Amino acid sequence: MIEFQNVAHGYGGSPLLSGMTLTLAPGSFHFLTGPSGAGKSTFLKLCYGELTPVAGRISAFGQDRAEMSRDDVARLRRRIGVVHQDCQFLDHLPLEENVALPLTVAGRAADATELKELLSWVGLSGQVRSLPPSLSGGERQRAALARAVIMSPEMLLADEPTGNLDWEMSLRLLTLLVELNRMGTAILVATHDLNLIRAAKAQVAARVLRIKGGQVQMAGAEL
Amino acid sequence: MRAFLGRLGALLTGDPRADRVVPPSGAAAWLTLLSAGAMAFLAVFALALSLATGRLAERWAGALSQGATVRISAPAEQMAAQTRLVLDILAVTPGVGSARALDTAETRALLAPWFGPDLPVDSLPIPQLIEVTETGDGFDAEGLKLRLSAEAPGATLDDHQRWRRPLVAAAERLRSLGFLSLGLIGGAMAAMVTLAAQAALAANGQVIRTLRLVGARDIYIARAFVRRFTLRALAGAAAGTLAGMIAVALLPAADEAGGFLTGLGFAGTGWLWPLAIPPFAAIVAFWATRAAALRTLREVQ
Ligand SMILES: Nc1ncnc2c1ncn2[C@@H]1O[C@H](COP(=O)(O)OP(=O)(O)OP(=O)(O)O)[C@@H](O)[C@H]1O
Ligand SMILES: [Mg+2]
Repeated sequence: MIEFQNVAHGYGGSPLLSGMTLTLAPGSFHFLTGPSGAGKSTFLKLCYGELTPVAGRISAFGQDRAEMSRDDVARLRRRIGVVHQDCQFLDHLPLEENVALPLTVAGRAADATELKELLSWVGLSGQVRSLPPSLSGGERQRAALARAVIMSPEMLLADEPTGNLDWEMSLRLLTLLVELNRMGTAILVATHDLNLIRAAKAQVAARVLRIKGGQVQMAGAEL
Repeated sequence: MRAFLGRLGALLTGDPRADRVVPPSGAAAWLTLLSAGAMAFLAVFALALSLATGRLAERWAGALSQGATVRISAPAEQMAAQTRLVLDILAVTPGVGSARALDTAETRALLAPWFGPDLPVDSLPIPQLIEVTETGDGFDAEGLKLRLSAEAPGATLDDHQRWRRPLVAAAERLRSLGFLSLGLIGGAMAAMVTLAAQAALAANGQVIRTLRLVGARDIYIARAFVRRFTLRALAGAAAGTLAGMIAVALLPAADEAGGFLTGLGFAGTGWLWPLAIPPFAAIVAFWATRAAALRTLREVQ
């Protein structure tokens, strides 16, 4: 699904990540951990094409990133749902239109019932008409999750999706992710939260990638 | 061209949902509306100037092409000889296209308005008229006059229309200046719309990034801006054109004296020309915004 071959990346010439070779397979469930500033968000941006590798090869759904046109990248993003760390929304549109945005930009109309179900699934039924700036951090993250899955993507990338959530809400969100994974969506979650990883491992066969010294390693069973 | 018109049509009918993804663009929108209106207003006058001076040049050139006349007053027995002599002189004068002696019927027709149709041309000492047409640059009137007075004392050159020659040149120059102004107005409008569009694009950097992240194609994002600015330019230019046409229509009428300034305006189907200004403004805005949008988008991954 997404393959990294000896990929390296750095900002402004200084290397950050290097020698990454790994595969994110269909239906897999991965966590990505590492200290702040290790490059977790950078890794995700490489996955959905916001960044291009400085060296090595990334291919997504069989297509080489280096050969993708800008329209190809747009199409890639319709197959990969992303919960961004900073949850960017269109502040002038109410929540429900923000959640339906991936459909809108693809020229499709949202099914009203499905949209309602999705919003109640993330517990935001009461805020459908709210503008994003008026939402709490946790509400924004749940809205971002709803937006990320509305296209029924084949893969979901989530960057610190529980960063602003209390433990109870984190577990709820984890349950949503596990549910999606059971329906066949490949999932990659970048997080600091080791408790969340432990909780997940009790439910699915999740694997943990750790960024250490600019390398991505498969973490052992100690977690 | 057909593909372009199709795209323009799709753009104008639009998709209201796609429209909403870009927030209303305040000042930039007003700037576009206003500048398109002002430019269209000016364009109407530039167009009126071009068309009016064009008409004037044509009319004056028409008067010029009637050319000059040589009038020969001589005793009846010398008339034929002098006529032949004058025709010979004219034949070798540079700048004379053709020279032709009017026959009795034509002379009678010319004089009829003054003396009535029953004028006994044959028995009156009516001068013989020779019609002279000029080639492009015209002849040297002073030289010809001197030569005629020396060789055919009865002949006088009447070149009363020739004073219009520099005026025709001036009118033609004015017409070109009018068209040049139209070009400059179009260019200035393109520049204004580009600036306004760039301001709107810069103010919406976050919106553009978010749209890209959720899978919007460049053309989708560009279209949201292009549609907005094209419609604004169209509306502004329509208002400006209308105001300009009303102003031109209210100018004093051209009837008395037919002076140049009073003739400024549109005549007949000329009134259709300004109607091309709003669509033209829309096309200019379309391309200017599209170029600005695609340029901005290249910097967003
Ligand atoms: N656009 C950028 N330009 C320059 N440096 C950047 C840029 N984005 C990130 N960095 C740097 O790259 C490093 C990794 O950033 P990244 O956001 O990938 O870290 P992270 O692992 O996601 O951290 P966190 O857990 O705090 O979110 C950081 O040192 C950051 O300052
Ligand atoms: Mg991060």
